[in-house]
Amino acid sequence: MFGRLSLNSLPLHEPILVATFAMVALGGIALVAAITKYRLWAYLWREWFTTVDHKRIGIMYVILALVMLLRGFSDAIMMRAQQAIAFGGSEGYLPPHHYDQIFTAHGVIMIFFFAMPLVTGLMNFVVPLQIGARDVAFPFLNNFSFWMTTAGAVIVMMSLFVGEFAQTGWLAYPPLSGIEASPGVGVDYYIWALQVAGVGTLLSGVNLIATIVKMRAPGMSMMKMPVFTWTSLCTNVLIVAAFPVLTAVLVLLSLDRYVGTNFFTSDFGGNPMMYVNLIWIWGHPEVYILILPAFGIFSEVVSTYSSKRLFGYSSMVYATVVITILSYLVWLHHFFTMGSGASVNSFFGITTMVISIPTGAKIFNWLFTMYRGRIRYELPMMWTVGFMVTFVVGGMTGVLLAVPPADFQLHNSLFLIAHFHNVIIGGVVFGLLAGITYWFPKAFGYKLDDFWGKLSFWFWLVGFWVAFMPLYVLGLMGVTRRVNHFDDSSLQIWFVIAAFGAVLIACGIACFLIQLVVSFMKRDQLRDWTGDPWGGRTLEWATSSPPPAYNFAFTPVVHDNDAWWDMKKRGFERPVEGFRPIHMPKNTGTGVILSALAVAFSVGMIWYMWWLAALSFVAILVVSIVHTFNYDREFYIPAEDVARAEGARTRMLAGE
Amino acid sequence: MDQAHAHSPVPGGPVNFYVTEEHEHVHSGAGTMLGFWIYLMSDCLIFAVLFATYGVLGRNYAAGPGPADLFDLSLVALNTSMLLFSSITYGFAMLLMERNRKAATLFWLGVTGLFGLAFLGIELYEFSHLIHAGATPQRSAFLSSFFALVGTHGLHVTFGIIWLVVLMVQVAQRGLVPENKRRLMCLSLFWHFLDVIWIGVFSFVYLIGVLP
Repeated sequence: MFGRLSLNSLPLHEPILVATFAMVALGGIALVAAITKYRLWAYLWREWFTTVDHKRIGIMYVILALVMLLRGFSDAIMMRAQQAIAFGGSEGYLPPHHYDQIFTAHGVIMIFFFAMPLVTGLMNFVVPLQIGARDVAFPFLNNFSFWMTTAGAVIVMMSLFVGEFAQTGWLAYPPLSGIEASPGVGVDYYIWALQVAGVGTLLSGVNLIATIVKMRAPGMSMMKMPVFTWTSLCTNVLIVAAFPVLTAVLVLLSLDRYVGTNFFTSDFGGNPMMYVNLIWIWGHPEVYILILPAFGIFSEVVSTYSSKRLFGYSSMVYATVVITILSYLVWLHHFFTMGSGASVNSFFGITTMVISIPTGAKIFNWLFTMYRGRIRYELPMMWTVGFMVTFVVGGMTGVLLAVPPADFQLHNSLFLIAHFHNVIIGGVVFGLLAGITYWFPKAFGYKLDDFWGKLSFWFWLVGFWVAFMPLYVLGLMGVTRRVNHFDDSSLQIWFVIAAFGAVLIACGIACFLIQLVVSFMKRDQLRDWTGDPWGGRTLEWATSSPPPAYNFAFTPVVHDNDAWWDMKKRGFERPVEGFRPIHMPKNTGTGVILSALAVAFSVGMIWYMWWLAALSFVAILVVSIVHTFNYDREFYIPAEDVARAEGARTRMLAGE
Repeated sequence: MDQAHAHSPVPGGPVNFYVTEEHEHVHSGAGTMLGFWIYLMSDCLIFAVLFATYGVLGRNYAAGPGPADLFDLSLVALNTSMLLFSSITYGFAMLLMERNRKAATLFWLGVTGLFGLAFLGIELYEFSHLIHAGATPQRSAFLSSFFALVGTHGLHVTFGIIWLVVLMVQVAQRGLVPENKRRLMCLSLFWHFLDVIWIGVFSFVYLIGVLP
């Protein structure tokens, strides 16, 4: 009945987990009670959970990402604390069994459930507005994608309290992740969380490509698209071209584990290196999936706050496209030590170094945009400058690692850890935080508080440098990653410094959360009535903040790269009459139901409850089929409602 | 999508900054065909991984049976012809759909489904034959990758048949309305795509496999 799930699967003997569970349970009960008390369930279900509005789905993605950031960061700070104290006689407070789950969960959560949802959320929110569209190409699919991503996050979170998570590292290399070395449920949790979330990621990739290609406002040719839209397009092309590889390779790993096939075993002709190759064919494009939208955000931010057209627009576009293509030709640099031979390693070393050329071109484009611009050091601009300084260092250590002989020394050392945190925090996280600050007023109608934002920025920036520079040093001394106890106590000081850096970053995160609360309290002072608080250049600033459900009462016509800047410059008059009914998609709960069933299916597979897996699989099929029998998916917003909403905005703009 | 030049400003003349006539970003199917193509290409990548895996592991027999011992080309030829015929009959269905002949469309869709079932039946027979002969997916990396590749294709055909039945019910209920035509177009792409993949499987796995 319950497969291999029994009371022993609950980690009752781990005090840390029991305490965490108590906290999470109390928090959850408090949240549920509050929602019930204020009778918000119906509102949440109607207006948010079942919504097909790209803006709300985008916001829900960002919320999911921020919640998962807290989980991923708790893992980080636990690791830093363990490594700071586990020297010589002290074993630290985390036994290896637990420590190994923590570094695995940290990597998986930060990439798949923090960075990915945040990137997808911002793209979802911004891209349709930037191209003057009313929604994405497939609104239902968008809702479904979000809930599948959430379902994946639920599966990961479940592993914290029921059973265990993988102890394999975030890419679960076999034979360690095979059934012999990892007979428990950890790797199965890993597999199904990623498979379920992967469906969401892939479909949202398809959706956004179709949106960008098919739904741009008239006049917006490809070379008039805002740079963020360009980088989103390239990112989604990468998603569609990379995630199926992950899906396939995880299916093969599942077959090895469930059926006993021999793809990646060491017996019967299996080849574990095949797995490593395949997963990095997904994995390397993945890092560009994360960084390209961040580059897009920096481009928007730099030109807005320098009050200047972006320098070298077309070189920026070509650099993005070149990075997109090159990201497929470098995967082997993750395992130069595999022994492919000098020629293969040279090829991949050179392609890796070549990527730094278009990336460098981008850095110069941003600098030249700032040159002689009227720069305003608002918060997003500070993140951008912090990014440029930090990311360049990360890029250079990356080029260093791209040299195969050097890599043989540094492979799997803390130098590598420092390098990729340098580019992911310094690039992706700073970019996404810049993006949140930049577009927050568009989403909610008020700006974020400056004081707490600046505090957060400085804590993050300084914290990053303090936390990761020691790891470069340790890596150069040959200290490897994923170690939970050290004998050489001369290394301890570096780990203590790194742990202090992690505490600074924790302060940065806390300041960010306080910033959200403070800004909400002070929302009347921070209110943006104009819809264009920063002197924006692209179409999302042409509509109100927050935008109406239909985004634009009349579809804009684009004549210039910086469409909204052009409209302002040439005396655009906002239309105040002649509104028409607007055709919009209807909300649906199918996405929530299907994702819940996907969780049930995964639980069945993870715990060998075959009846549950079979039942929920059939249910998924039936619900999907029933959904296709609903042909009534659209409605009209009546012209009077549009007129009322636009009239309110007219009065708002007049300052009434 | 309206074209840019229709709205480009006349020098010195008034400039349009928004569309005044009803500019419909139609939701129903604006980008469905493109979206479905992109999805198919992503599916194609799954097959690419499986082909690559077969390419790398396909000679690792682990002292077990190899392709020449296992594959019966005449059976595979029969199987292939079933799938190819089903593509032709799907084409007939689409031609009749264009002429809005509901009954005839349904007839050819039904024939397509039967050919698909025949294909699956023969494939299952082949699989059970192999397994009884001891050539199970667990026997060697070659057999693992063979069953994964051919089985994934078979799974796709199975879902294609389920989808086909659902569409036949929907066409019977509502007739050849635009939504149903669009869905039939998508399934058509899917069905022919599986055909193309099968030609790859047939050549790469079966034909090359039995070469001495």
